[in-house]
Amino acid sequence: MSAPQNNQHGVTVEVRGLHKSFGRQEVLKGIEFKVNAGEIFVIMGPSGSGKSVLLKHIIGLEPPDAGEILINGESIQSPEVMNKYRLAMVFQSGALLNSLTVGENVGLYLAEHRLKPPEEIARIVAEKLEVVGLKNTKDKMPNELSGGMKKRAAIARALVIEPQLILYDEPTSELDPLSAAVIGQEILNLKNRIHVTSLVVTHDRDLAFGVADRIAVIDQGRIIAIGTPDEVKRRPEPVIRRFLQADFKTNNRTTL
Amino acid sequence: MFQNIGEMVLLFWRTLKALPLLMRQRQKVFDQFFEIGNASLLMVCVLSFFIGGVLALQTGPVLVERGLASAVGGLVGISIAKELAPVMMSILIAGRIGSAMAAEIGSMQVYQEIDALRTMNISPVNYLVLPRIIAIAAALPMLVTFAILVGWLGGALVAFANDRIAISFSAFFMNLRDVVELNDVANGVFKAFCFALIIGVVSCHQGLVTIGGPRGIGRSVTKAVVNSIVLIVIFDYILTRLLLK
Repeated sequence: MSAPQNNQHGVTVEVRGLHKSFGRQEVLKGIEFKVNAGEIFVIMGPSGSGKSVLLKHIIGLEPPDAGEILINGESIQSPEVMNKYRLAMVFQSGALLNSLTVGENVGLYLAEHRLKPPEEIARIVAEKLEVVGLKNTKDKMPNELSGGMKKRAAIARALVIEPQLILYDEPTSELDPLSAAVIGQEILNLKNRIHVTSLVVTHDRDLAFGVADRIAVIDQGRIIAIGTPDEVKRRPEPVIRRFLQADFKTNNRTTL
Repeated sequence: MFQNIGEMVLLFWRTLKALPLLMRQRQKVFDQFFEIGNASLLMVCVLSFFIGGVLALQTGPVLVERGLASAVGGLVGISIAKELAPVMMSILIAGRIGSAMAAEIGSMQVYQEIDALRTMNISPVNYLVLPRIIAIAAALPMLVTFAILVGWLGGALVAFANDRIAISFSAFFMNLRDVVELNDVANGVFKAFCFALIIGVVSCHQGLVTIGGPRGIGRSVTKAVVNSIVLIVIFDYILTRLLLK
């Protein structure tokens, strides 16, 4: 396995005519969009709309039935492309390896590819854990961390790769509002600090409108709108209106 | 079924192709090796001791009654070395270690840990499958060698202690030495090596193809053990036929 080249800036991502079915169920129905280098692009939509499947296609975990995905204009079908660019994904559950400590998880990429000596890896791990506010957790096991800490550890693991593209799968799900705000801020910081291209899949409206440069709304396997947060807010489609205005209402509210 | 067989052959081929990377994974190989040894040595000893004992108990009185007391050592010795130790120990290890492999890799698959490895450009075959298959392929032949020796001891003890057999240790082992050749032991150990590859490939494959949640993991574990045992028995016949003088 070859080590990735030392490309420093974010990459562009282009998805063309992406189709995917599982059995008879068509999950993605001709998805098309382009993400600019260094941009935070949020894909927003209700649960079951095909967001996570789309993300798995972009990182190469699922093969498409039709269509293609281009990174900096090169198709990811070619194995060299995945080695050429540094891509990272923050999974919904964090997906830390439960048999390794947090520190070993964060340094796994460097250790397995033998990119740095052990002392250097230890230094980088400590640095990245500090960046995400997890100082002194390197010897803990993942099951000793809270949900928010696991996600931040997963972000630290992604940062070690010095990625040009980070994919976030529901980064704020299962988190309390404070932890969600920390994760949102971290996504913004990364963009400003390392100019990484970020592709965030979420149904969290606060996160989407808080961090996005552009938002795509996906519904039933189709992109139904793309634009800046303000443009998406003004879109008239009933699906988008319902999604943006959905609220918990009760007639028996207690006045404090 | 044919798809499964094809996938397993492919997984084995990929593991062979990853062999040059073995030195990188040596720590994981040692960890797995000691886990297999520690987890199984006592059980292997107990099982093989009693298999040897039962074999002596079943055959001894019949042979003694017909004036063939001198054949007990040879019969027990060759049966254990060529057949019972490799097959029974492999079935034991399929249940003990194969199930653990399928459960661990299956749980990593279900909880996206394997996807996370792939996104880091780390091959699950190099990182997970290779160390496990090498470790079991090294450990099982050693355990079987141990099982053969303990099985002989169990047979000799029962042959000596049982009134209806009553053969001395020296007579038992003299006869065993006359009948059993080093080749026969090597034959059993070679079978164990082949069975270890079967257990490793079947269990890792079942782990990697796990879908669903805890129920999917349970299904994979059951399939790993059952498929391993079925393949062990089938390959036992094939290997016996091929190794027959």
